[in-house]
Parts: sequence; C-alpha cells; structure tokens
Amino acid sequence: MEKAIRKYWPLFLLPTLAAFAIGFIWPFLWGIYLSFHKFTTISKTTFVGLDNYFKVFADSTFVDAFWFTAAFTVVSTVLINVLAFAIALALTRGLRGTNVFRTVFFLPNLIGGIVLGYIWQILLNGLLTNLGKPLLALDATYGFWGLIILMCWQQIGYMMIIYIAGLQNVPGDLIEAASIDGATSTQTLFKVKLPMVMPSITICTFLTLTNSFKLFDQNLSLTNGEPGKASQMLALNIYDTFYARSGAQWKGIGQAKAVVFFLLVVAIALIQLYFTRRKEVQQ
Amino acid sequence: MKKIVALVIVACLCLALAISASADGAVYYLNFKPEQDTQWQELAALYTEQTGVPVTVVTAASGQYETTLMSEIEKSDPPTLFQVNGPVGLANWKDYCYDLSDSEIYKHLTNDSFALKDGDSVLGVAYVIETYGIIANTALLEKAGYTPEDITNFETLKAVADDIQARKDELGIDGAFTSAGMDGSSDWRFKTHLANMPIYYEYQADGIGSTEAIKGTYLDNYKQIWDLYITDSTCDPTLLASKTSNDALSEFVGGKAVFYQNGTWEWSNISELGEENVTMLPIYIGVEGEENQGLCTGTENYWCVNNTADQEDIDATLDFLNWVITSDEGRKSMSQDMGFVTPFDTFTGEYESTNPLVKIDAQYTAAGKTPVSWNFATIPSEEWKNALGSALTAYAAGTGDWAAVETAFVDGWATEYQLSH
Repeated sequence: MEKAIRKYWPLFLLPTLAAFAIGFIWPFLWGIYLSFHKFTTISKTTFVGLDNYFKVFADSTFVDAFWFTAAFTVVSTVLINVLAFAIALALTRGLRGTNVFRTVFFLPNLIGGIVLGYIWQILLNGLLTNLGKPLLALDATYGFWGLIILMCWQQIGYMMIIYIAGLQNVPGDLIEAASIDGATSTQTLFKVKLPMVMPSITICTFLTLTNSFKLFDQNLSLTNGEPGKASQMLALNIYDTFYARSGAQWKGIGQAKAVVFFLLVVAIALIQLYFTRRKEVQQ
Repeated sequence: MKKIVALVIVACLCLALAISASADGAVYYLNFKPEQDTQWQELAALYTEQTGVPVTVVTAASGQYETTLMSEIEKSDPPTLFQVNGPVGLANWKDYCYDLSDSEIYKHLTNDSFALKDGDSVLGVAYVIETYGIIANTALLEKAGYTPEDITNFETLKAVADDIQARKDELGIDGAFTSAGMDGSSDWRFKTHLANMPIYYEYQADGIGSTEAIKGTYLDNYKQIWDLYITDSTCDPTLLASKTSNDALSEFVGGKAVFYQNGTWEWSNISELGEENVTMLPIYIGVEGEENQGLCTGTENYWCVNNTADQEDIDATLDFLNWVITSDEGRKSMSQDMGFVTPFDTFTGEYESTNPLVKIDAQYTAAGKTPVSWNFATIPSEEWKNALGSALTAYAAGTGDWAAVETAFVDGWATEYQLSH
C-alpha cells in the first residue's frame, strides 16, 4: 500500500492540481496581468503600467472600505471564536440532546450567504421598524452590527464542530491527572484543554479571519454598502469599481484593487498563523 | 422593465453548445428584458423550426446585463446579437458593433433618430419605443370625485393627491401614490426615470442634448415631486428603503393606491384592472408651461450585432432580425405578445401595438402635447444613479437632507463625467 502510494502519488495528485491550476493559478496570473492594463473585455487590453495602482490609493472609498472591513474582522473573529468555543464546551459534557443541539447550531451553515443576507435583512428591518429606528440601508452602524449578527449566526456552528473535535481529542488521562492534582475546572480549562486544542484554534481563527476579511455575499445582500458606501467592505468595493463605473480604465483599477486585496489577505493570514502556531504544544 | 426576476436559462446554455456544431451560422441573442423572455424563446423556436437555423436566446438577470455581456462576449461562441442602452453604453461596446448601415433593420426604421451612430456607421438600432408616466386608476379617481382631465399641472396633481390622501380611509385605500420603494428592484423608477425630468428641462432650457456638468436648475422641482411621492403615499417614508417593486405593484393592482409611476412595459402586470380603469398622466414637476407636456417617450434598447462573430453567424443574425420585423409571426410576437411599439415601418395595421398604455401615449401626441425625451441615457455612470438613490432614500427617511441629494446630482455628475472620460 505504502509502496503503491509512493509510486503513484503524482497520479492521485493530478485531479486536484489540475483543478487548482485551472481554477486558481491561471486566473490569478491573468488578474495580475490585467491589473497593469486598461480594458473592457480581456481580449482587448492596453498597457498602462502602474497607473491603476496609483489610482487605487487615491480612491478614498477603498480606504474607507478597508477600515470598515478591519473593524468588522476584529469584532467578528473574536465573537465567533469565543461563542463557538463556549458552545463546544457545553456540548461536550454529555448533556441530554447534545446531538440535536449540535445539528441545530450547524444548520445555518448549510444556507448560502446571499439567501441568509436577504432573510436577515427582512428580520432586522422588521425589528428596527418596530423599534422606530432607521432601517439597515439608512444607518451604517446598524448595518455593521447586522453583518456581525448574520456572520455569527452562520459561522458559530461550523467553528463549534471543529472545537468539539479538538476537545474530544484531549486525552482523558491528562484531565484525570489534573483533577487528581487538585486543579479547579477553570484551571483545567486554561492550563490543559486550551493548550491541547490550540491546533483547532489556529484553524478556526484562520477561517474566521479570512472569511470575514473577504466577505462579499452577505455584504451585498444585507446592506449593499448603503447608506452611500458607508457599509461597504473591500470585496464589494472592488466589485463596484469593476461593474458600476463606466469607462474602460475602471476595470483595470478594480483589478489592481483585487491584487492589493489579495496581498492584504495573505499578509494578515500569515501573521495570524505565525502567532497561533507558536502557542501550539506537542502531545 | 427591470424587475428583479432572475432568469438564467440553463437549457439555453446547453443549446449554445449544440449550436457550435452547426456550419451555416447560428444566432445567439443576449436579451436585456426579462419580462419578454418567454416570447423570445417561442419566437426563436419557431424560426429554427421554419428555417433550421439555430437561435439561442439567453436573458440576463435583472440588473446584470453588462456583467453577463462582459463574460459572454469573451466565450468561443459569443452572443451574435446584444444590446446597449444608448450613447453611454455604446461607448463601452463600440469596438464590438457591426456596421448596420446596409442592414434591412436599419432601412426599415421610420426615423433616423432611432439609430445609434458613430460617424457614418450605424452601430445600434432601436427596436422598441417605450413610454412612462404616472399610471392612474381612473375608477378610484372618479370615486374620489375627479377625472384625469382635472390634472393638468403640478398644482392640480398635488391638490388631487393631497385631497385623496386626506380621505384615504373614506375611499378605502392606503394612499394616493404607491410606495416609492428604494429597494434595488424599484429604485430605478426614481433615481433614473424621475431624475430624467430635471435633466430634460435643463437640457431644454440650455438647448443641449448632453452635458459634462449639470447645473441642477430644476432640482427644486425634483424635490417637489419627490416630496409629493413620499408624503401622499401608502407607507411611512422611513420604510421606503426596503419597499420593492412588487410592493408598489400589488398596492396598485389591489386598488390600494391611485397613482403609480411606471411605464408601458408594466401593462401585462396591471391589465387585470381593466383597460377602461387605467390611464397614464404626464409627470408634472411644476415647470412653467408644463400643461403642454406629454409622457416620457424614448428607448434604451438598441440591437447591436457582434462584429467579432463569424461572418456566417452575422449573416444569420441579420436574416433573423429581418424575419422578426417583416414576417407575420415575428411582427405578431413583437407587437401583440411582447406589447412593443417598434420604430419599424413594417408594423402597420393589425401589427400596431394593442397595449392600452401605448394608445394613451398616442392620444397625447395627437393632442399636440410634447413628449419628454429620455435624457437619462446621458447620465455619466451607474455610480451617479446609485449615489443619487442613496441620498433620496436618506432624505425620505429623515436621516439625510436635501443638500445631499443636490450634491449627488450636481457634483456627482461632474465627478463621474471626469472619471469616465
């Protein structure tokens, strides 16, 4: 078996590699190429050098969108992970109905972002109307918290599953040893369980951080950037630059924004991986 | 017209694959109007049945036409027939437009102004003329003690609307005007169609047909009519941000409101009210001499033939278009099933439109009223409309002021014009 794998691994790797090359690497290279051009359709392009990149940073909406996105990412990453971990703890205690609750919490993840956005828009607008407050599309603060609620609702269940898997892998003898040594449940949690589930924390923070940073569907359907562009996140800003403007030069600028966006996501993800990895312990 | 109907026809994409095998040319039409999708599909099938030439019709989802076109046109079987919305749209696509000056569809045009030209070449040909205004429920109007003739300018419109609004409980309605929804399905009625009024009057006053910097001379009038729409309405202005086009439509068809700003394309949706109970009024905004103003008539639908397609496909497309506007089946479909008024000289007699809203427009023209042209095709970008829409919504809800609307309208125009050129 081992031998066969060693011999045939390129064959097994091929489908995924091909898919990755076609679906990611090739468009990515094209994207970088296009970010230096002015174009309407990608077969007719004119080279403009770094012009597009200068315009990206001159565009204040891009910078505004960056800060909105950054604030959103921080709040949602913290909230989702803390809540997901708390629920995972509660659901690994062998309470009655644990499986039902796990299923219920996981369910929102199965619905697509666009649909969720529209459903929550109706719900939140209904609530705001009853409270006599301006609707989501009129106040960026409500839009921000609406997005947070939506993302928590959608993501907590998924992260919970990963944390549950991590918690179940904490060796029982470690916990037993801790309790014999007289550790309180808080001490067990922070000194034993948390270090042992650090790999799960790495994965979950990575997923929530990048998901929040490149959020698009939910942003589009829940607020669509309204009012003005005050609740517009980076991905939607790029989409808008590309499609809502007329004139060939905007396509290139949108593309340049996308490249800058890619670099930002990579940088943030790498920094996060570096810091959480350091905390991981060997069993 | 741009209802939020997501019509993506997967079957047609499969058909497109089948077409690539055919050698004698094929037609692929990327349609802009979701509400006429069924009729185009039927017409395409009929043509294929009669001639053997495969015709694929794909309709882009509402609001997604440019996006769809941008990706479709890069494919190995690109659309042979697509649409642009006027001069601004043409600027994006003129490299892809086949010169139609020798085509039958151009020769059959009743008036040269229905062609989009670049120098001597004819790049686009309009195929439908549409009209919008304030659609009114005459039965309700009469119940309130008025006739459409009572409304001849903004003052009378406001007087009638205010009175109806005040007596809404007695009349059994929710308001004079349907909700001016600013949801994406409905906001184009105000950020584009209603915004045409101040643009039109400014162009008239200055004797121009387009501009790089709008002055906003008639913005006070825009405010007047917008105030009227949101005050004498079925709903509280703070709720407009979430109101959709379906909300407005159901209020109107359900007899809960008297006035509804929309156009001839909406007839099939409101026909259950009965022809005798519906009329269309000009959108009066309080400009001097507006008693002579007619309805807003124009087009934002131009056919363009893709010059990057194979020559036999181009020929097949031109033959198909000629068939559409000259054959009995084609003419019947366009005039009766789709309810279009077309600018072609082949649509005479029984092929004149049966759409009652179109007939009303003809009556206004016959009575010597001046139709308002569609100047919104000169709006510099979608971005301008979006910013204006946001400002209008905020103003209506009380979270923004009118100054923001003026900024979006005047400064936004200059900025967007600069950015697009």
